[in-house]
Amino acid sequence: MRRTLLEGLTHRPLTETPPAADEAALKELAASVDRAARQKLGRSLAIREVDAGSCNGCELEIHALNNAFYDLERFGLRFVASPRHADVLIVTGPVTRNMREALERTYNATPDPKWVVAVGGCALDGGVFAGSYAVVGGVGAVVPVDLHIAGCPPTPLQLLQGLLALLQRPPAA
Amino acid sequence: MPALIDIIPQGERIERHRPWPRFVVTPPGWRDAAAALAAGRATLLALWGDAGLAPMVHMAIADDATGEIAVISLPCPTKTFPSVGALHPPAIRLERAIGSLFGYEPVSAPDARPWLDLGFWDVKHPLGDRTPAPATHPAYAFLQTEGEALHQIPVGPVHAGIIEPGHFRFTASGETVVRLEQRLGYVHKGIESLMTGATLEEAARLAGRTSGDSTVAYAIAFAQAVEAALNVQAPPRALYLRALMAELERLANHFGDIGAICNDASFALMHAHCGILREEVLRAAAACFGHRLMMDRVLPSGVAVDLAAGGADMIRKTLRGIAARFPRLVELYDNTASLQDRTAATGIVGAELARQFGAPGYVGRASGRAFDARKTPGYAPYDRLEFEIPVLTAGDVNARVWVRIREVEQSLNLIEQILARLPDGPIATPLGGNGAPAEGLGLAESFRGDVLAWVRLDGLRVARCHLRDPSWFQWPLLEAAIEGNIVADFPLCNKSFNCSYSGHDL
Repeated sequence: MRRTLLEGLTHRPLTETPPAADEAALKELAASVDRAARQKLGRSLAIREVDAGSCNGCELEIHALNNAFYDLERFGLRFVASPRHADVLIVTGPVTRNMREALERTYNATPDPKWVVAVGGCALDGGVFAGSYAVVGGVGAVVPVDLHIAGCPPTPLQLLQGLLALLQRPPAA
Repeated sequence: MPALIDIIPQGERIERHRPWPRFVVTPPGWRDAAAALAAGRATLLALWGDAGLAPMVHMAIADDATGEIAVISLPCPTKTFPSVGALHPPAIRLERAIGSLFGYEPVSAPDARPWLDLGFWDVKHPLGDRTPAPATHPAYAFLQTEGEALHQIPVGPVHAGIIEPGHFRFTASGETVVRLEQRLGYVHKGIESLMTGATLEEAARLAGRTSGDSTVAYAIAFAQAVEAALNVQAPPRALYLRALMAELERLANHFGDIGAICNDASFALMHAHCGILREEVLRAAAACFGHRLMMDRVLPSGVAVDLAAGGADMIRKTLRGIAARFPRLVELYDNTASLQDRTAATGIVGAELARQFGAPGYVGRASGRAFDARKTPGYAPYDRLEFEIPVLTAGDVNARVWVRIREVEQSLNLIEQILARLPDGPIATPLGGNGAPAEGLGLAESFRGDVLAWVRLDGLRVARCHLRDPSWFQWPLLEAAIEGNIVADFPLCNKSFNCSYSGHDL
């Protein structure tokens, strides 16, 4: 173990240069979140992830944000265990009818101000699962969404570009 | 053990079913088959309903030793069928799902509660007669527990982590778990209903999104089933490329799991290093096939994309780097006493339970069940590749970690062989078929265990498709494994199983 730990100190970090925030995400946020609320963004944010019906592909890539290459926590973004500790809900999947109530309750348990990020093609409009008796639709059909990150699943880089938009504060008035 | 064909009750053989036979039987024949399962003369592979031609239930059974498979079908015009679960417990949840989805009643079933239907749908029996759902549903009756000082801990569906939703009801005596009862179905998306009438391309996309972590294995199983039904063969190069993707998927998931299990014992160092290895595999996959998880790369007829130029060398370089570093991580795992203290003798699955449930994947192989669909029944190109199936007998978390470690070593070696032998030629073959109804069965080994796909085609459209995730036969064993362990060891046990919620819930 000692060798592995020492190498961690002597080798260059694997963590990569952060990408620029996604322009489309910045525009969507500017439109969906009012200025006062955006002033509260741009600081350290606690994120609660909710799988509302995903195939688990999005979860794999959200997990990857924590690995040494992307190291999400260096931006002050971190995943928390309870919605009561969260500023941001990341919601994946088409919302299934069986998860609708659980998602609503999670949303209601998150203190204001809060933002919802819908991740993946299914979270946008139900994706390939739209139209099923068991699916409500996209996340926006159940809770208000502030930002969409597209992809099936979005790569960690795309996720990072979208989430970094949350950290950009509007210029002072 | 008698040949499978000898224990199958006499029935009418359906000619259009490939590659294994399907027989239509009468209720006594169905009961005989259930008795053969209960006696351990065969393993239950799947049990599903079918409303397409007439109300019917099918079960796929296998001989573990020879890999022989057969499908047995029972028409149920009165929408009832003799319960298999009454004799053979692994069938219980499958029958409950048939009851909820189709409305077919397993007669004298030990558990008549709904499964997957949590009372939120507009329709009742969505794959059967689709009647409007009742306005109110009775509360779900969790199993009763009685005893002094017992307390219950409800967990989920929303869990404290980046994981899928499901409900766990623990009954504990102090710190010790007396009973775990699972309630699943939260991510039920109605995939089988969406499959009906879908084109093969649409259906392949759905199959590949049944459980995202096994997208390649699902796509392979679905492609095998369709190709069997249409009696076509994917070209050799496509078969090798499928195996290459499947082994990359296995590596990525096993690295993720090994790290995550250690992380649940608060050993973050392994998690960090395994996360790096996983990321390197996914990046190689993206560079070679254009998608990190390789979704939609395997199609009925072959594969959608060829290996990118320079891909073989890139994979070799990546894997050699991994092969150089992985042994040190294994040594780290093996020599950290505080970690071993958590994983050894925790969450034991006995060999008899593993056999009875036909426990797929590492859950079975850590408990003495030497089954791997790549070997038995086996499929190309694995019949031409050399590899071993690691089998351990301790049945604990530690054994499930070690099976994964050994499988990583096997996969690294397999990929070398695949790249060395990768044949030239086309990557897809045209799908024809004469338009007549045709049926096929596929079985592919995902990192988690065998994925079964069954299709009935109407021309080049899906008339009915059933997908059976390995988790169906692993989730119940998790209930058994946690009994007598402390609540705090549940995450560790759960992660060592890493069952799919989405794959199970469909």
